[in-house]
Amino acid sequence: MRRLLVLGAGTAGTMVVNKLRPRLPADEWEIAIVDQSEEHHYQPGYLFVPFGTYRPEDIVKPRGRLISGGVRQVTGVIDRVDCDAHVVHLEDGTELGYDQLVIATGTHPDPEETPGLAEPNAKERGVHSFYTLEDSVALRDALEAFDGGRLVVNLIELPIKCPVAPLEFVFLAEAWLRQRGLRERTEVTYVTPLDGAFTKPLAAHELGGMFDERGIVLEPDFMLERIDLDAKQLVSYDEREIDFDLLVTIPLNFGAPFVARSGLGDELNHVKVDKHTFLAEGHDDVFAIGDAANLPTSKAGSVAHFAVDVFVENFVRHVEGLPLLERFDGHANCFIESGDGKAMLLDFNYDTEPLLGSFPLPEVGPLKLLAESEANHLGKLAFRWVYWHVLLPGRPLPLSASMSMLGKRRPPTPDSNGGQADDHHLQEVSL
Amino acid sequence: MPVATMQGREIHVDEEGFLTDPSEWDEELAKQLAANIGLELTDRHYEVIRFARQDAAEQGETPTIRRMQAVGGFQTKELFQLFPKKPAKKLSYVAGLQKPVGCV
Repeated sequence: MRRLLVLGAGTAGTMVVNKLRPRLPADEWEIAIVDQSEEHHYQPGYLFVPFGTYRPEDIVKPRGRLISGGVRQVTGVIDRVDCDAHVVHLEDGTELGYDQLVIATGTHPDPEETPGLAEPNAKERGVHSFYTLEDSVALRDALEAFDGGRLVVNLIELPIKCPVAPLEFVFLAEAWLRQRGLRERTEVTYVTPLDGAFTKPLAAHELGGMFDERGIVLEPDFMLERIDLDAKQLVSYDEREIDFDLLVTIPLNFGAPFVARSGLGDELNHVKVDKHTFLAEGHDDVFAIGDAANLPTSKAGSVAHFAVDVFVENFVRHVEGLPLLERFDGHANCFIESGDGKAMLLDFNYDTEPLLGSFPLPEVGPLKLLAESEANHLGKLAFRWVYWHVLLPGRPLPLSASMSMLGKRRPPTPDSNGGQADDHHLQEVSL
Repeated sequence: MPVATMQGREIHVDEEGFLTDPSEWDEELAKQLAANIGLELTDRHYEVIRFARQDAAEQGETPTIRRMQAVGGFQTKELFQLFPKKPAKKLSYVAGLQKPVGCV
């Protein structure tokens, strides 16, 4: 018997075992999956909990019945992988051997990395987040009690999972404050280490006005050094200070600690992999997929979904001794909630920035790319059902794993000059 | 994409003036790029720039300020001294790399 061991039963790990079980003969392959939790969380739902749109019970299911029969489920905390011995050690002393290993243990917020953020009284001092279910529930209670003042939404540093979520949060919060009659008493500020809320050229051009329209103050180029809980201030490395009454921040994200202990990680504990095949650097029997891998694309469930489609075909070839042929293109497809029952949709990959157009069909849509619509918002809400009933079981979705240019367009920009020499650009540089 | 002429040759840049092809960069060009934003490069600047370029070539994306510290050993405070106010953006501009971006 050959043994496939999958670490992590989140979005990527669950899809991997559910798609591979029917593809690997039961009399030749044993498949096991390990996770420290017996619950599976629909993580995109964390964004909606603070506003009461979802209750915690709407986004949590027992892990057991989401995984195919014929896959052994193990509950435990991973201590380390011994790649030479082909053994995974759990903290309780259990040893699990493997012939092929897939690491899908995701990435997680680590408040310890930012001075002030992990202090026991941080929440009391108005410091919140929404990247775990527990934090989302605490933030729901803080918003319920919020009576106006300075609401600050802060992204500390990339990469984080679901990198559009901080933007979505600020748009949803701004709309929520209006509905609650608190908007005029609240200053809403978005603080980012990047040079703008939207950083890709076309998105900046198309969507740059959304902050002004909503009266949201933008603080770009802000590198957070520490949070001063006494003064209720964000303090940057160049000594800028931003006051808050309620802070919603996204801690730095790290891969699982065992990745570092096993010598497989980069400085953020993300597994170093080939960005087209997911094979871990220096190994031919260790893969990493989903947020756990150090791919230069968004850490998001949609990326994990497209990546798993590519991975499964490759894995079946790999174990037959054939070369890895399929190449992942970094395809991502993400909704951005923009408040008031609307959302935007992005579709992009390693090489192509989010463009305008319609998705998935040219002209017909029904979803609009890089623009707000109610259909996009309904698509995002409907996706929760798709996640549980289509995506996790490994049923096919009619979306290509590779990004398609069908329906996409790149409008001519007013300052486009057809590639003619244009020296004045150099004198216009102002950083 | 606009084309700029610098040091007698054509350089491809984006709308903000960032190089779009890192292979068109050399250390002489860095001097002019630095001058464009009011910086004069020291040996220390070049150490930072060389690390950033090598890391970007290996990783496929411009290193973050945090990565410059964690992997390159360049303290964030020092990067703020070398590239005042906006180290991530200024360093990538002078090094001929894409500025740090989000997904949108």
